[in-house]
Amino acid sequence: MANWIEVGLVEDIPVLGARVVKNGANEIAIFRNKSDEIFAVNDSCPHKQGKLSQGIVHDKSVTCPLHNWKIDLTTGEAMGPDEGCTGHYATKIESGKILLEIK
Amino acid sequence: MKEQLVVIGNGMAGMRTVEELLKLAPEKYDITVFGAESYGNYNRILLSPVLCGEKSINEIMLNDEQWYIDNSVTLFKGARVTDVDRNKCLVTADNGLTIKYDRLLISTGSDPFIIPIPGHDLPGVIGFRDIKDVDTMIEVSKTKKKAVVIGGGLLGLEAANGLIKQGMDVTVVHLMDWLMERQMDDVSGEMLKHSLEEQGMTFRMKASTTEIQGDGKVEKVVFADGSEESADLVVMAVGIRPNIQLAKKIGLHCERGIVVNDTLQTYDPKIYAIGECIEHRGLTYGLVAPLFEMAKVCANHLAEFGIGIYTGSITSTKLKVTGIDLFSAGDFMGDETTEDIVVRDASRGVYKKIVIKNEKILGAVLYGDTIDGAWYFQLMREATNITDIRDALMFGQGHLGDSGHGGNVAASMDDETEICGCNGVKKCDVVNAITEQGLFTLDEVRAHTKASSSCGSCTGLVEQLLEATLGGDYAAPEAKPMCACTDHTHDHVREQIRTQKLMSISDVYEKLNWSTDDGCASCRMAVNYYLISTWPKEAFDDPQSRFINERAHANIQKDGTYSVIPRMWGGMTTPKELRAIANVAEKFNLDTVHVTGGQRIGLYGLKKEELPLIWKDLNAEGLVSGHAYGKALRTVKTCVGKEWCRFGTQDSTAIGIKLEQLSWGSWMPHKFKMASSGCPRNCAEATIKDFGVVCVDSGYELHIGGNGGIKVRATDLLTRVDTEEEVLEYAAAFCQIYREEARYLERTAPWIERVGFTYVKESIVDNAEQRKALAERFKYSQEITKSQEDPWAARATGGVEQHEFVPLKVIG
Repeated sequence: MANWIEVGLVEDIPVLGARVVKNGANEIAIFRNKSDEIFAVNDSCPHKQGKLSQGIVHDKSVTCPLHNWKIDLTTGEAMGPDEGCTGHYATKIESGKILLEIK
Repeated sequence: MKEQLVVIGNGMAGMRTVEELLKLAPEKYDITVFGAESYGNYNRILLSPVLCGEKSINEIMLNDEQWYIDNSVTLFKGARVTDVDRNKCLVTADNGLTIKYDRLLISTGSDPFIIPIPGHDLPGVIGFRDIKDVDTMIEVSKTKKKAVVIGGGLLGLEAANGLIKQGMDVTVVHLMDWLMERQMDDVSGEMLKHSLEEQGMTFRMKASTTEIQGDGKVEKVVFADGSEESADLVVMAVGIRPNIQLAKKIGLHCERGIVVNDTLQTYDPKIYAIGECIEHRGLTYGLVAPLFEMAKVCANHLAEFGIGIYTGSITSTKLKVTGIDLFSAGDFMGDETTEDIVVRDASRGVYKKIVIKNEKILGAVLYGDTIDGAWYFQLMREATNITDIRDALMFGQGHLGDSGHGGNVAASMDDETEICGCNGVKKCDVVNAITEQGLFTLDEVRAHTKASSSCGSCTGLVEQLLEATLGGDYAAPEAKPMCACTDHTHDHVREQIRTQKLMSISDVYEKLNWSTDDGCASCRMAVNYYLISTWPKEAFDDPQSRFINERAHANIQKDGTYSVIPRMWGGMTTPKELRAIANVAEKFNLDTVHVTGGQRIGLYGLKKEELPLIWKDLNAEGLVSGHAYGKALRTVKTCVGKEWCRFGTQDSTAIGIKLEQLSWGSWMPHKFKMASSGCPRNCAEATIKDFGVVCVDSGYELHIGGNGGIKVRATDLLTRVDTEEEVLEYAAAFCQIYREEARYLERTAPWIERVGFTYVKESIVDNAEQRKALAERFKYSQEITKSQEDPWAARATGGVEQHEFVPLKVIG
């Protein structure tokens, strides 16, 4: 069953930036892009587990800080000729608050 | 509803344009392609290896039929377009179809020029242009013996070579004095002829063909002097002619080719044309590299982005014949206004000639040893001033300033050599990817192999491999765009920031027509740097446009923890500082404490949340950020100098500390290291630093542009000065000219090699006024940006960027 958890405000995250939500041992990276869309994926690149929250956000993607893999934030999938997927979470915004779906 | 794009011609130029267009605007058009040949799109430049039996047709396919299906492109193969109604915008083909278009792209390529002599239409007389011609040649060679190739140019010699491989006796007939006269001079042409004769080819030079005779099929070729040559097959390879029949028929303005403007548009605004069928600024092209440059521009305009113009191409040539190495580019003949440097070694079979005018390379022809062809071509395209490298020019790039790895010539490496040390990519991986996946550009090789996609130090090697593998078909960009988001170069963007007074990243993206809203991980960092270095007071330094290390003021490690290195001024420390570092290491359980190469101490394994706490403890004992994470001054390495050393001539330690106090905190295009040695024994290794001071009895030697990393480069001696004040002024001036003029992520060493040491010397040694102005601007930038307020203290106790270090929320 879907479980929506409030994790903070949109404005808590810098535009084109990211913050981390700790869920037990698991870390989830929450991204905000230029259009104030919010995305959530596991904070671990499918390549060598680089922390995606520390990468560069552009459009609807993030470039991993370790080896420049580009990850599609809407799916968690690696883009271009690279292959791999980090887990992806649904998010929604309700009156400025970010809700994250934890299954 | 989508617009209709119809493409006439299913060759490399047309399909490249479609590919580029699909990248830019995948949803804009329904695309229909008519191809007269009954194949998908294949790599025409590899027809020679097919004729030689080295490759199969399947191996040279660029877009197979599945590609058209996958990309929803409708292909009618074996269908010839017979008419275009430009008023109603309708295309009619001989398969009975009539299709409406909104935009039409003509890429009909070229036809082999068949000399209209008697007998030219006999069976057995063919060109060398498509798969059908190759099939005919292979078929004839199975039963017949004797072939005549008319034309001793690139195409003719490749055809002749292939026919010999198929077991035929081949005579090449050439009208001119020497072979390949459009690419070679007389000396190299003669050497080429000699080599080919050794491979069994025979020649008739200065021979004019007057007639081809035969009864129902080719039997012999007759020449102007009355002599004859028997022949079962005649290949006409005297040149190509743009295929403009259809364009002429429908009334488009044509000269030798279909005339287009710099956006590849014909005189009918709805019709674009590209490739070998066009004439642009009076020139037609028969090589692949220009087609790709055209395709990029044409696709951009078809996508209605409206950016980019095609201004013509400089091309180079390589002959695809096994055992023959030749390279030529540009004006290799020269005239009375040029000079040449020539090396000729007949017994090694080597000939090199470089044509120079005003200290710039105009053209080159190489025979027997072509390893440096790519390098000369690059120097030529970039119009590099060769004054500083003139004495070593003929010996090649391998003899230039690289005392380190030595392996900077890709062509001479064996297949197993690792090209990209970061990602473990071997030479054969790169070459195979280029040939098997049909790659043509650096970006494509990066995407498919990862080579050159990390530190970038092997970019030159990868470009050389592209050049060596594709020959003249490598689309080396004349001026490299910053990244895929724009066609503008680094230098152009920076100039526009200055002249148009652009103060923010979004300004730059908007005014310079970026193709993305917020750039990418490559251009945003560069633009941010150009803004803050050009407008230190006005521009906003955007944290989200800095790599994580500069954003967090620590270095991210592979497991996501961080390292920090406090500054140790001039390599000096105190018991108190050491105690503070030891206390922090114990308090935060930091197991790894490392003495760095720059005379400092690094702490490893720090959790990001704890960084501000650690900094607070270090700050309390006076330790500040060492910027080990930044494109900025790292360390100033010193020896103890005359304070202690019996050889010391000056107080090198004090100089080092003053240099560090002067320049720490300033953002640079790349990391920047200094050193100061107390005597010429140079224990601080100042001659492999970006800026080095070597103290001598009479004063100070100043050195610039050294590098001890990726590629070892010893410094150039800039000048000698008498006083410490002068050392500091020169250092400030050098930092500033580097900050203002080097491209982002360009170290001082490659920057100096690019602009020339002479230029830097003239700017800051010969011109005292400019030196003082540069030093003033450096100090201004340091003050106005408050760059020497410790960024660690700002975050530990100053409340800056708190969100960077704490989780948004902890759940579960």
